[in-house]
Amino acid sequence: MRLINKTPARAGAVFLAALPFIVIAIAYAIGSDIRLSANPQDKLLPAPSTIWDTAVRLFTEPDKRTRDILLWKDTWASLIRLGVGVAVSAVISLTLGMVIGLLPYARAGLSGFVAVLSMVPPLALLPILFIVFGLGELSKIVLIVIGITPFMTRDLAQRVLDIPREQIVKAQTLGASSGVIALRVALPQILPRLISNIRLSLGSAWLFLIAAEAVASNVGLGYRIFLVRRYLAMDVILTYVMWITLLAFVIDWALRRLSRRAFPWMEAGL
Amino acid sequence: MSFVQVRDLWQAYGDRSILERVNVDVAEGEFISIVGASGCGKSTFLRMLLAEERPTRGSIRIDGGEPALEPNRERGVVFQKYSVFPHLTVRDNLIAGQSFGTRWGALFGGAKAAARANADDMLAKIGLNHVADQYPASLSGGMQQRLAIAQALIAKPRVLLLDEPFGALDPGTRVQMHEFLQALRDETGMTVFMVTHDLEEGFKLGDRVLVFDKPRWDPHDPGAYGATITYDFDARDGGIPFQHLNPPTTKDITDAL
Repeated sequence: MRLINKTPARAGAVFLAALPFIVIAIAYAIGSDIRLSANPQDKLLPAPSTIWDTAVRLFTEPDKRTRDILLWKDTWASLIRLGVGVAVSAVISLTLGMVIGLLPYARAGLSGFVAVLSMVPPLALLPILFIVFGLGELSKIVLIVIGITPFMTRDLAQRVLDIPREQIVKAQTLGASSGVIALRVALPQILPRLISNIRLSLGSAWLFLIAAEAVASNVGLGYRIFLVRRYLAMDVILTYVMWITLLAFVIDWALRRLSRRAFPWMEAGL
Repeated sequence: MSFVQVRDLWQAYGDRSILERVNVDVAEGEFISIVGASGCGKSTFLRMLLAEERPTRGSIRIDGGEPALEPNRERGVVFQKYSVFPHLTVRDNLIAGQSFGTRWGALFGGAKAAARANADDMLAKIGLNHVADQYPASLSGGMQQRLAIAQALIAKPRVLLLDEPFGALDPGTRVQMHEFLQALRDETGMTVFMVTHDLEEGFKLGDRVLVFDKPRWDPHDPGAYGATITYDFDARDGGIPFQHLNPPTTKDITDAL
């Protein structure tokens, strides 16, 4: 039998999915053990038990000076920035994408501009944002918006253009105006694309968020990681990295669930 | 005065002529089949009837009105596919046929209830009431096309344009769809234009069969001349002519005297 036709059974698939995680964990545990047996003071690869203790401490014990649990404070601050940034990007890109996709005049005027804008490396603009918007929340949110909006806009505009011409013509023969076509034909079909777009853009959004927090901030997940880097606190960094990964995973999962719930017609053909 | 009047219609894309000198008059309630080889411009002709494309020269008038600049409610259309809205349920697709012409594309209160009742009547008529709450993607090809035809008709167009509506269906379903369309047409008396690849289908359903072909052909420049209507068959009574002699009535005789 050809290799491309061999498929794992259910149990095998679960095992194969877990395998890379197990391998990494074991490799880490061995590496950590080797280093710690050579030098118990080693900070580079803390033992898994140390990381666990640190994680429990970070999640439960308040800071001695401020009486706040810093991890939750960081999480809250970062999620607000991320949420506002992504929401603003979604609204802008949805509006622009619909306008560019539906109106030939807007397409002629804007699509080239958006294409060029999406080529500007957003991190190179970070100093400008700090100068213009200051070091507060605004500059971080604007970085996320600038970072992901052009790409989302281009993709959504293309999705609007991908709606079969037949549907648009049919709507016209039913008497629909441009507004009705936008509202009742294009928008409902674009919303699931918007959600998958957000899912794709969240990776970049996290990148821009952590970059902005690392450069100038006083609270936030990225800020904390770059702060404790000075003390070589690998246990804290690793806990934060795993926490961020978990958050990203949960958000992605929630969006996927939302998409399935809200747009049953997408699955009707399957 | 004919109902649909096509006068000296030309269409060219750049140097390439597609249609030339197309003249045809169609009476209200006639079923016109349009046949021809691939690339002979029959779909272009339908798109111009639909006003999705405007002719380079000439005009198409419905009931003596001004030539249309864009698709409108006078013309209903069914394409080979993508003719229904995938994000609306079967019933909502029929409601959309009635509500899209309003300001916000939606109906409220009593009008909404009326549109819903209307849609349910239509669903019963086309035999889709058991799938009213399903999405089009879960329907078979024949059911989707029945829905598409019903959606076009519920908006009460003046002419119905069909662009190879049964081209993607299997032969058995196609025969069922012929019966469905004939019954629907007998009931509504709608003027229909149907582009088809299937000659048999064209003659079976049509009152007239228009054949598009290029009367002139330049082997050095195939795009130089466009196609036109080369035959206009009377397809009633199985294509056998002179089945309806109209004997003079008493009034004709007295008028003549």
